[in-house]
Amino acid sequence: MKNYLQVCKKWAVTVAVSACMLTTAHAEDTIKIGVLHSLSGTMAISETTLKDTMLMLIDEQNKKGGLLGKKLEAVVVDPASNWPLFAEKARELLTKDKVAAIFGCWTSVSRKSVLPVIEELNGILFYPVQYEGEESSKNVFYTGAAPNQQAIPAVDYLMNDLKVKRWVLAGTDYVYPRTTNKILEAYLKSKGVAKKDIMINYTPFGHSDWQSIVADIKKFGSAGKKTAVVSTINGDANVPFYKELGNQGVSAENIPVVAFSVGEEELSGIDTKPLVGHLAAWNYFMSVDTTKNAAFIKQWHDFIKNPKRVTNDPMEAHYIGFNMWVKAVEKAGKTDPDAVQKALIGVEFPNLTGGTAKMLPNHHISKPVLIGEIQDDGQFVTVWQTNKLVDGDAWSDFLPESKPIIADWTAPINCGNYNTKTKKCSGQNY
Amino acid sequence: MRTLPGNTMNTFVPYPFTHFCAGLLLLFCLSAQAQPASGQQLQDVLIHLSQGAMSEREQAIKQLVELKDPRGLPILQALLAGKLLALKTENKLVIADGDDQNYAVRDAISDEPNGMVSAEQISKINLTNKLRGNLRKIIGELELNADSPAIRLAAVKAMDKDVDERLITLFQQRLTVEQDGKVKQAIQDILLLQKISGGDKNQRIQAINELKDHDSQDVFNKLKTLAEKDADGHYLETDSDIRNIAESAIASINNRLRLYSAIETVFFGLSLGAVLVLSAIGLAITFGVMGVINMAHGELMMIGAYTTYVIQQLMPNQLGLSIFLAIPAAFTLSALVGIAIERGIIRFLYGRPLETLLATFGVSLFLQQAVRSIFSPLNRSVATPEWMSGSWQINDFLSLTWNRFYILIFCLLVFVLLMQILKRTKLGLEVRAVAQNRRMAKAMGIPTARVDAMTFGLGSGIAGVAGVALSQITNVGPNLGQAYIVDSFMVVVFGGVGNLLGTLVAGFSLGIANKFLEPLAGAVLAKILVLVFIILFIQKRPRGLFPQKGRAADA
Repeated sequence: MKNYLQVCKKWAVTVAVSACMLTTAHAEDTIKIGVLHSLSGTMAISETTLKDTMLMLIDEQNKKGGLLGKKLEAVVVDPASNWPLFAEKARELLTKDKVAAIFGCWTSVSRKSVLPVIEELNGILFYPVQYEGEESSKNVFYTGAAPNQQAIPAVDYLMNDLKVKRWVLAGTDYVYPRTTNKILEAYLKSKGVAKKDIMINYTPFGHSDWQSIVADIKKFGSAGKKTAVVSTINGDANVPFYKELGNQGVSAENIPVVAFSVGEEELSGIDTKPLVGHLAAWNYFMSVDTTKNAAFIKQWHDFIKNPKRVTNDPMEAHYIGFNMWVKAVEKAGKTDPDAVQKALIGVEFPNLTGGTAKMLPNHHISKPVLIGEIQDDGQFVTVWQTNKLVDGDAWSDFLPESKPIIADWTAPINCGNYNTKTKKCSGQNY
Repeated sequence: MRTLPGNTMNTFVPYPFTHFCAGLLLLFCLSAQAQPASGQQLQDVLIHLSQGAMSEREQAIKQLVELKDPRGLPILQALLAGKLLALKTENKLVIADGDDQNYAVRDAISDEPNGMVSAEQISKINLTNKLRGNLRKIIGELELNADSPAIRLAAVKAMDKDVDERLITLFQQRLTVEQDGKVKQAIQDILLLQKISGGDKNQRIQAINELKDHDSQDVFNKLKTLAEKDADGHYLETDSDIRNIAESAIASINNRLRLYSAIETVFFGLSLGAVLVLSAIGLAITFGVMGVINMAHGELMMIGAYTTYVIQQLMPNQLGLSIFLAIPAAFTLSALVGIAIERGIIRFLYGRPLETLLATFGVSLFLQQAVRSIFSPLNRSVATPEWMSGSWQINDFLSLTWNRFYILIFCLLVFVLLMQILKRTKLGLEVRAVAQNRRMAKAMGIPTARVDAMTFGLGSGIAGVAGVALSQITNVGPNLGQAYIVDSFMVVVFGGVGNLLGTLVAGFSLGIANKFLEPLAGAVLAKILVLVFIILFIQKRPRGLFPQKGRAADA
């Protein structure tokens, strides 16, 4: 027994020592990148893909010879769809692993939970998902769409091209839909839409019984005026929603639904028959025919070893974000967060659908806006797109309280929350 | 849909075409060319259809109509149905006959069979909503003189929006030769509706009177425009007689609407209740009868749903049959998993509810992650068979969806079957005996351990069957179970632990209560109100709606 224990101890010591040596040896010639996406729990459905995307991008960069003469190394952690755990894992990445940048988060609540940590420890976070805006942190770079890069153009399209007169704003009951709908409602009213022509509806997470709501929408839409649904319904609740629409005979030709959270990845898991013709607004579609996009899709299929996997908008956001970070590090010549943050502003990188994305002083990027109709193969046909790139606006101009506020992380303002009327920075960093 | 010579929708053929010129295709008639276009012309147009932007596609459709070739209609129909495909290798269009992975195709122009192609070799010609709408109208006009009354009826229905002068003439012409009663009625209704808005006063009043008892949305909307005021408060309709008639007609339609909406709400409530009962009834056995708090109950439903998915994957061409096969398969698989959980874990924890709760919660996490590893964290797509989609359209204002209807019936069947098992079989007798007094039952020679396993298996199997039903209305994914576990416990506790009938009544009443509250309070608040109500109810009657009485209550 004693012998056995001793052997154990010896083993443990050697393993520990060699592990230490390994990590120190590693730390010297690699640059670490944190990947903070849920691999288990409810959000795994969306975030696992982004983890794989990051691994692919890092792998590719290493094949090109790494960065600053060093190899890149991904540190993947699993925050398990648990919001407080996001903060803990971010702290672990920054203090223990000393990563140069973190790519991660999906839901707004997870980003909000990481914010204080990343600001305290002065890290860099690339956030790849469309979100509600009203935020700009010194340490966060928002590569997804702000409301003016997704929601507002979609409403413009419906209003001008489809001549929609009545509006249903349907969303899941949490911060992104609530804020987006607040902005949209203000925008619609500014365009002269009467209050009785706007119907706002919130449902709980994972809502599965849409019968009465769809019946209401149908009644609302049968008043003889063209009606559309602007959907900020999140994740799993979408499938039963569209199924119910189909079953109750609401077709995309009568009442089109434009969604901001339904992309190729979500469509690949559902029976698309009831969805054909409904719309989605994104900044990227897998179906966009450019050589860059074709190469990206091929690279993804080769990496994931499955030709049936799809690409989607947040993947492109990570692709742009990662490459911008690489350029900024090369420009700065080091991975020091302050230098990289400064270098990032103004960096340009071509996006996959044509045009060049630029990192703006408010830490958002410029993007094209595409509106597509869902086809029965789960892909989109682009029916409309902005003729030039749209700059991301951190603080919406359509809400009275955020109208005078801008974000500008260059001198002399250097503030994420600067009031142009009072000429003051609120002091709050985000 | 082959167009055989003779049986043609012969709008393209010279004779009927002459009077078409007056009407629908006036624009395109200028060339007055009536014989089939040359293959080359058709070929050129079709190339445009398959390539280029959506605007070019729109143009190509127009040109195709202009050609007035009899081969045009089947091509347009195929295009609308999503069956017009472009061969990637050969630069020509084909029409698919089936919609499976391997398509049997025929040449769009020559109509000759073109062998089988696989999904990789073809690309579908996509449409947008706008094109689809246009196409439906074009095809409607072309099919208005079709031989089959059903097709003519559909054609009329496709054109009942945005009726203009040209269409009115067209409809009137058709009416003179129309033989079929239904089609005639449909056309007359459309024409009457047009008469409401203007023209001779007596005709307008007559039109309103004839239409006011129709449960038609179009009529309702038209009448409402008659009663509308402009921004200054003046009526848009100047004739007060017509306005009064319209207003009384609106009032009577509104009365009917209230009735319809009440029927609809009750149906919605019953169908929500059916889902609740289905998911709770298995739990009513494991929790209610055996007293085991099984947190993995939702995951047993998830297993049932995934079974449906797997069976559907195995037989992709037999959607309907796969659902029926999935029911016994899901029952068996979930029951086996349930028995394994009972034998492996729960039997060591009888009488220790807290530990059971924690252990089964662990099992539920384990099962979820297992599914994530096997099937990926993405939701899986389970298709709905044709007869379960769509709705039973009673009139414009009232329609009941088929899938909910079937689930309601299915729920009642499962319930009756389960009651019969418990009441009339040996297993049922033993289950009830063990539930009432375990030690006494054991003394009577009942193998209680085996009965426990069988009971748990039965409850779990029912959960699996519920999963099959859920796969038809919600996502099949690793989180499916979590969404229903709380509701299931709620229903069982509310109905009275240990009472199956209580579960049924509780499920339906909660469903209906929820659906009556939802329009008033919104979906979020309705759910909260129902929960608050249950908490208060449990305070007052801790044993639920139907408490067990007598000796059973003490066991």
